[in-house]
Amino acid sequence: MNTSRTLWLLFIALFVLCFGLGAVVQPRFQQIENDNGQSDNFFILLFGDSSRLFANAAFIKADAYYHSGYYPTIFDNNQAFKTPHMAEDTGAVASHNSGEETAFMGKPRNWIDAFARHFIPNRHTHLNEGGPTDDLSTSSEVREILPWLDLATEMNPQDIRTYLVISFWLRTSLNQASEAEHVLRGGLRSNPGNPQLLFELGRIYFDNYHDTAQARKIWEAGVLSWENEKPGVPWSDRLKYNNATFDDRFVFEQLEVHLAQLEGSLGNTEAAIVHLQRAKLASPKPDDIQKMIDELKYKRL
Amino acid sequence: MNKTLAVAGVVIKELYRRKDFYVLFILTIMICLVMGSMNVFNDREIIRYVKEICLLLIWVSSLIIAITTTARQIPAEKEQRTLLPLLAKPLSRTQLVVGKFLGCWIVCGLALICFYTFFGFLAASREHQWHLLNYLQAAFLHWMALGVVIAFALLGSLVFAAPSSNATICFSIVAAILCIGRYLDKFALSLPEPIRSIVYSIYFAMPHVEIPFDMRKLIIHDWPIIDWRYVWLLGLYLLAYIAFFLVGACLIFRRKALN
Repeated sequence: MNTSRTLWLLFIALFVLCFGLGAVVQPRFQQIENDNGQSDNFFILLFGDSSRLFANAAFIKADAYYHSGYYPTIFDNNQAFKTPHMAEDTGAVASHNSGEETAFMGKPRNWIDAFARHFIPNRHTHLNEGGPTDDLSTSSEVREILPWLDLATEMNPQDIRTYLVISFWLRTSLNQASEAEHVLRGGLRSNPGNPQLLFELGRIYFDNYHDTAQARKIWEAGVLSWENEKPGVPWSDRLKYNNATFDDRFVFEQLEVHLAQLEGSLGNTEAAIVHLQRAKLASPKPDDIQKMIDELKYKRL
Repeated sequence: MNKTLAVAGVVIKELYRRKDFYVLFILTIMICLVMGSMNVFNDREIIRYVKEICLLLIWVSSLIIAITTTARQIPAEKEQRTLLPLLAKPLSRTQLVVGKFLGCWIVCGLALICFYTFFGFLAASREHQWHLLNYLQAAFLHWMALGVVIAFALLGSLVFAAPSSNATICFSIVAAILCIGRYLDKFALSLPEPIRSIVYSIYFAMPHVEIPFDMRKLIIHDWPIIDWRYVWLLGLYLLAYIAFFLVGACLIFRRKALN
């Protein structure tokens, strides 16, 4: 009887000990997780860093959908598909593509290969241009790439290009500016102050909502963020013309050109000229920017 | 022919009492409905990812039904000691093998009708149009490809000792063909001799069941219908392999000791 009571007391004491330990350790564990920047994202918790690989696979899958299945595999020549076309067509990423995109399969290798090509997508098309039907009225079919892009953002919230691609297609082909804004704000929560995301968000306010005051605020915040993004790196290095600095130059130029357009549309010619002069520093075609500056100066006179 | 059909009828009756098909069919429906109910940017017309998942599940389910069903046919007759009484009747060994094949093939055909009907309704629910001829082509070639798999599994059931080992080997070979069959010749070129010649010969000798499998992309992305001439040609190509494996199975079974 005594032994039984002792066991029960021991059982209760151990339970209290376990509960107490749990209560002490859990907040500390939570603190360590937060310090390490771990999120409550399901995929990141499940796959860890490898979720980035899966995110890239989902991104490529979206591009395969953009081509209605006509896409190179690891066995094909993918020189013309190094940069996904759905991202390249947004104009927001540097292109690394070369070669002929319509003929990655090459000539049929044998009669089996030639015959099998009747049963797979065998023509280069883009969904925003009508896809396999070539019917331009069906350009909204580009919506089919969105589930894979959504998955890619879930798996790698730090990949900026995914947000840019989703936002571009939502606000252009699908006329869903509010959804695009929602996506970009989600991106900004994961990547606070990112100038590319701020630029894209500003475009929604300027092009879709026609809210110039808000667009100006966002773009100016984007420029400020760009300036503070890489402390210690001189502007001359960031704006040097090469492939490695494409993102830096591109976003800076776009922010300044769009700010100039905005100021120009409001009749603030002086401010527009200042922005264009800054844009000229990053532009691969400074002569074109100079022409715009000259036109503005001529108008002012 | 009547005797062959009678054996096939028994196989069909036996299989619709089993739960394999129902489980796989309900699982496919459940997964597709859950995936289809996902909200992607409030757009209710996005469907192609669901079509892709559904077609993949249909292929996986049909392969499971085809291989597991076929692999146990003759071994089960042996195990239950019904093979000798069956052959004691006026039924040749060839008729038994062909009957078993026909039964399994018809069962897979009936399963495919259910699967593709569900697929058609699922696609139409979002696309608001029927691509009936495209689905018909896909289902027909899928059925022909399953015929090759069934004939191969039947041959395997006479060669390998146990249904489990036969099923595992069949699944492995079919999965390998579906994944890299189309590129095996390219892969062979990167290998040293004599392996290169062996792999290259395998490429030409093996049944290219990956061709109907890869056809899924045309269905998923709403490509226009394939020229029927190519469909019939592929049907004939697969039929030739069905005949080849069946003749092989008959030859082995005729010489096989049953006790």
